[in-house]
Amino acid sequence: MTHLLEIRGLKTHFKTDDGWVHAVDGVDLHVDAGETLCVVGESGSGKSVTAMSVLKLLPMPPGRIVAGQVLWEGRDLVPLSQAEMRKLRGREIGMVFQEPMTALNPVYTVGEQIGESLRLHEGLSRAAALDRAAELLALVHISQATRRVHDYPHQFSGGMRQRVMLALALACKPRLLIADEPTTALDVTIQAQILDLLGELKERLGMAVLLITHAMGVVAEVAQRVVVMYAGQVIEEGSVEQLFERPWHPYTQGLIRSIPRIDADASRGTRLASIHGTVPSLLAPPPGCRFAPRCAYARDACTRATPALRDVAAGHRVACILEEAPP
Amino acid sequence: MASSIPASRTDRPVSPWGEAWRRFRRHRMAVSSLGVLAALVAAVVLGPLAWHMPIDALDFSATMQGPSAAHPFGTDDLGQDLLARMLYGGRISLAVGIAAMGMAVLVGVTVGALAGISRGPLDAALMWLTDLFLSLPQLPLLLLLIYLFREPLKAVFGPEGGVFVMIVLVIGCFGWMQVARLVRAQFFSLREKEFVEAARALGATTTRVVWRHILPNALGPVIVAGTINVAAAIIAESTLSFLGLGFPPDIPTWGRLLFDSKDHLDIAAHWALFPGGAIFLTVMAINFVGDGLRDALDPRRVL
Repeated sequence: MTHLLEIRGLKTHFKTDDGWVHAVDGVDLHVDAGETLCVVGESGSGKSVTAMSVLKLLPMPPGRIVAGQVLWEGRDLVPLSQAEMRKLRGREIGMVFQEPMTALNPVYTVGEQIGESLRLHEGLSRAAALDRAAELLALVHISQATRRVHDYPHQFSGGMRQRVMLALALACKPRLLIADEPTTALDVTIQAQILDLLGELKERLGMAVLLITHAMGVVAEVAQRVVVMYAGQVIEEGSVEQLFERPWHPYTQGLIRSIPRIDADASRGTRLASIHGTVPSLLAPPPGCRFAPRCAYARDACTRATPALRDVAAGHRVACILEEAPP
Repeated sequence: MASSIPASRTDRPVSPWGEAWRRFRRHRMAVSSLGVLAALVAAVVLGPLAWHMPIDALDFSATMQGPSAAHPFGTDDLGQDLLARMLYGGRISLAVGIAAMGMAVLVGVTVGALAGISRGPLDAALMWLTDLFLSLPQLPLLLLLIYLFREPLKAVFGPEGGVFVMIVLVIGCFGWMQVARLVRAQFFSLREKEFVEAARALGATTTRVVWRHILPNALGPVIVAGTINVAAAIIAESTLSFLGLGFPPDIPTWGRLLFDSKDHLDIAAHWALFPGGAIFLTVMAINFVGDGLRDALDPRRVL
């Protein structure tokens, strides 16, 4: 079966003064039509670069896709020219960014900005585009949409702007929405609203969502499948139930343990668990498993060869040599 | 209760230009400066029609006289009426200022935008060019250019037209570097903004990103630099005229009038004061208008 989006062995490296940074170093993942895939990992694990590589929005140079394939319905996007990529961007694959405060152009009204991609891809007239923009604003639950299309971004609050960004990304009804930490910059109540909205729109428009986040709470709320990334590689992949009930990789376990729990007994001085150490330098990644230097279960074998992803259950894959999930 | 909250916005959408005009009107100095500028332009365009005194009528019985009813701005050492001369010469001074500004902004924005959007060799080459122009000694080069090209241009555009084209080119050629640097710096900061990335993620071409998303956001400082350039151009023209290298002596630009008056400052101060005041007024008015424009064209301003 052809997946909607499939990434095979993707390697995206960046040239710096100190050498090549292996930001994404052999990532395999796929998204099927209509599903929500969460990509989780800490800062610098290569989540965003993976997403940007799909749309080829990375500055090249210094970035370069060194190896791998990005298959959109079986068609490899890596060799496509920028002109061909532009036809895909916005129309087939939409994207929402992290920072709603700066992701809208301050000198145009939101209506003009939403209308822009409609005029670009669907050749609508200015007036027709504005009407559609109002519909889209209503779709993302902005009240008095017909009036607010004439407002400028600074007249919207952060949460409202993220709704506008969603409307912008959804204007041409893309079949895949890539959301790069769409709620990180928002406060918690607004986060929940945006995630609910995202789920609702996904159902209504029947699109797939690739959600990039570092918050395990967000993953638990919206994901169907999860990919955990560490230091530019996928280390575990599975359904959200598999990952939360039976996390295999010690890193995934650490991530889940580091979710603050409201029912933890604070009076007994329970400390929030954290993973010691930091992500290794991607200039010269350590040999073998990249998590080994921080792993409590590391053995000699871990530093000899990079463990490949292997199936441990249906749809559950782990890159770890441990024979069974540690307790 | 709800009725006591004042309506913050009308339901009817206001066009962006209407909004800008509304914000501009709040800028009191800019509005009065626009009035002054309009009056100056009207004076030099319509003035000669109302003030019939010829600009070159000699009257040796009334040389270097102060302002009077017959000669509101006084006369020069040949008894020529200064008001008539200023009205006529002002056309050229203002035209030179605005044309040279236009040229400097055009070249500056083009160079700055090209350098700002391209990475690598093109950017470096354009900045070398900018630094080269910045480091050239301007006055000697101006003189050289004028000596080299005055005659050929005169042959093509006629004596007045030739000098006009030459002066605009020369002043424009030395005024674009600041604009280019400003625009490049703006591009550098703007092209990393998320809305530029968002536009690219929606499938916009680089050209479109530059025209629609980066340039409008970079215009504020350019407008201000542009208005300063008008002022600089009027003054540069004055300098050239002052050195006797601008327009021929029988064309009384404001700078030329200043040049002619310099030997008689002690006995005929009015001769220098009127053209000097006109240059000062124009430059200041244009700067205020530029200031007001920058604020008016920025929709984030809540004025």
